[in-house]
Amino acid sequence: MCIRKKGDVLQDVQKEINTAKKIKVRSRPLAASLILIGGVILLLFGMALAIAIGAKDIALPDVWNAVFHFDPNLTEHQIIRELRMPRVIGAAIVGAAFAVAGAIMQGMTRNPLADTGLLGLNAGAGFALAICFAFFPGMSFLGLMLYSFVGAGAGVGIVYGIGSRSKGGLTPIRLVLAGAAVSALFTALSEGVALYFKIGQDLAFWYAGGVAGTQWVQIQIVLPAVVIALLGAFALSRSITLLSLGDDIATGLGQRTGLIRLFGVLIVLVLAGTAVSIVGSVGFVGLIIPHLTRKLVGVDYRWIIPCSAVLGSLLIVFADLAARTINPPQETPIGALVALIGVPFFLYLAVKERRSL
Amino acid sequence: MGSMIHQAERRKRSQGIFVVGIFIILIIVAFIISMNTGFIRLSPIEVFSTLFGGGTAQQELILFEFRLPRIVISILIGAGLAVSGCVLQGLSRNALADPGILGINAGAGLMVMLYVSFYSSSVSGSVFLLPMLALIGAAAAAVLIYVLSYKKGEGLIPTRMLLVGIGVAAGISAAMIVLTLRLRPEEYQFVASWLAGRIWGTSWKFVLALLPWLVLFLPFVFYKAKVMNVLNMGDQTATGLGTSIERERLLLLAAAVGLAGSCVAVSGGIGFVGLIGPHLARRLVGPKHQILLPVSALAGALLVLVADTIGRWILQPTDIPTGVVVAVIGAPYFLYLLSKSKM
Repeated sequence: MCIRKKGDVLQDVQKEINTAKKIKVRSRPLAASLILIGGVILLLFGMALAIAIGAKDIALPDVWNAVFHFDPNLTEHQIIRELRMPRVIGAAIVGAAFAVAGAIMQGMTRNPLADTGLLGLNAGAGFALAICFAFFPGMSFLGLMLYSFVGAGAGVGIVYGIGSRSKGGLTPIRLVLAGAAVSALFTALSEGVALYFKIGQDLAFWYAGGVAGTQWVQIQIVLPAVVIALLGAFALSRSITLLSLGDDIATGLGQRTGLIRLFGVLIVLVLAGTAVSIVGSVGFVGLIIPHLTRKLVGVDYRWIIPCSAVLGSLLIVFADLAARTINPPQETPIGALVALIGVPFFLYLAVKERRSL
Repeated sequence: MGSMIHQAERRKRSQGIFVVGIFIILIIVAFIISMNTGFIRLSPIEVFSTLFGGGTAQQELILFEFRLPRIVISILIGAGLAVSGCVLQGLSRNALADPGILGINAGAGLMVMLYVSFYSSSVSGSVFLLPMLALIGAAAAAVLIYVLSYKKGEGLIPTRMLLVGIGVAAGISAAMIVLTLRLRPEEYQFVASWLAGRIWGTSWKFVLALLPWLVLFLPFVFYKAKVMNVLNMGDQTATGLGTSIERERLLLLAAAVGLAGSCVAVSGGIGFVGLIGPHLARRLVGPKHQILLPVSALAGALLVLVADTIGRWILQPTDIPTGVVVAVIGAPYFLYLLSKSKM
């Protein structure tokens, strides 16, 4: 009874082949390679420049020497090694992490407005940090980072929980609204904790966002975590491309959507949690960069993810440079600088109305 | 048939009066508790005797100069913000509209911040100027949101309005963070607690500064209750009934923005009041604005008064900003509403 006619089966196979043909997604490998190569070169140059420029300007050759022929007796080399290098490397890591986290979220959920800041991850991680500062003042950076993951998870968990429980399902606007409310809640709680335990100073960096105090210890812990997460993201990229075409197509092509989502979420949490534990709450990177990248290289996430990482690093490295040079000796918060670009972009997306926004 | 409708109407009205009565009683209870709450404890009997002129000089000072103005301001802000939210929800026909979420409060905040960062020395002398400045900021934010969420042929798009509002609020708070860098530490302290929603206007001067605006806008909105009912039926019906929609809508929007702006000038960044007050009211008395607006005002007043009292009481001697307490209550409520809405 259950045996279907041969013709039907053939038809199904034909259908699947057709879908598979359609899956040939629009992508521009050439543009992407150019972005990758050019981006990395520009990034290295930008990092060197960011190391060279500061309260004490240092010539580029000295930067080269400090990195490759370190001489502990020279003050310049000390400044570069101990203050500027960790900071610039931190900026690059954070940019890549936020951008890739945003790209994965946008791809997996087909939500053009996904961003770690907008969806409550940053605020959740920030609240976790506030708790740590208040109750476990001497906690190691590794501990802080782990709590930061948990906080990011709590934030995004509530946002998606609310979104999926409601009648209309997970629409982008619902998620953004839930994210705004969850962020308001976590920020309020953090403020309460900060006031009561008088840790406002420790937390201030987090509200504003900045990589000023980054140390080698932090880089040593963060770098492996982010690199592993980025590799994981790259390994998942093909599946994310398929998911971005819709659940039906992905399932039809034999993807285990549940499993991919789980891994994707884990990677996003690691990336966002790590980034927030270094730089604080910087939003909009995960929104702008993936959109820009998609415009440039097409919709194949095998290209989008590495290109986003490079472009995200570029954005934050230069934002940090600007933050230091706009109004010296004071530092302008990076979060505010990125928001200056991010907000108009968000408004543009909100007004443009695509995908039943 | 006609008499049945009439009867239902009458029952509804008496129910409305009942709800108003309950709220007034609750506000009085909260008022008395709030009077007793603070660093120096006063028993209810002492409060009563002081209120009627039989207290010591110290008790009089505490009650009349510190606690009473703050309580009065809490009530006024609560009422103003809730009515503002009620009007915005009615105009946008969107249950999630609130002056805080829409970025109107942020606009007001930016102006206050600009003022403090340029003429910091005279914060106390500028009590009467601040509401006006805040109003300008609120209006600018509102105009921006209105323009961006307006689409030719379709009018105001409610969902887009919320998204645009969130974006505008984010942009304004980024601008504010940049501005804080200019500030000296003591000014920064002021701005930081202002942003967190600590009611800073705690003397009678602020009551005087706020009152004229409320006296101007609240009666106007109440007077327009019928128009709001008509607008709620949708543009076509409203036009059919002979209402000039655009004009009425702009007037009401201006009133809502005025209420939010002047309240925020005194209260600081308190969100969610304009969301919770009207919702609670709608649950209790239904969608007719003649009764909905006053009940919203009362609910908002009660909310802010209770939040302010909790903020003073819960972690003594630390004073938790009212805005923080309201957000802790309001954000979950917003999420709950969001999960129910069919947007």
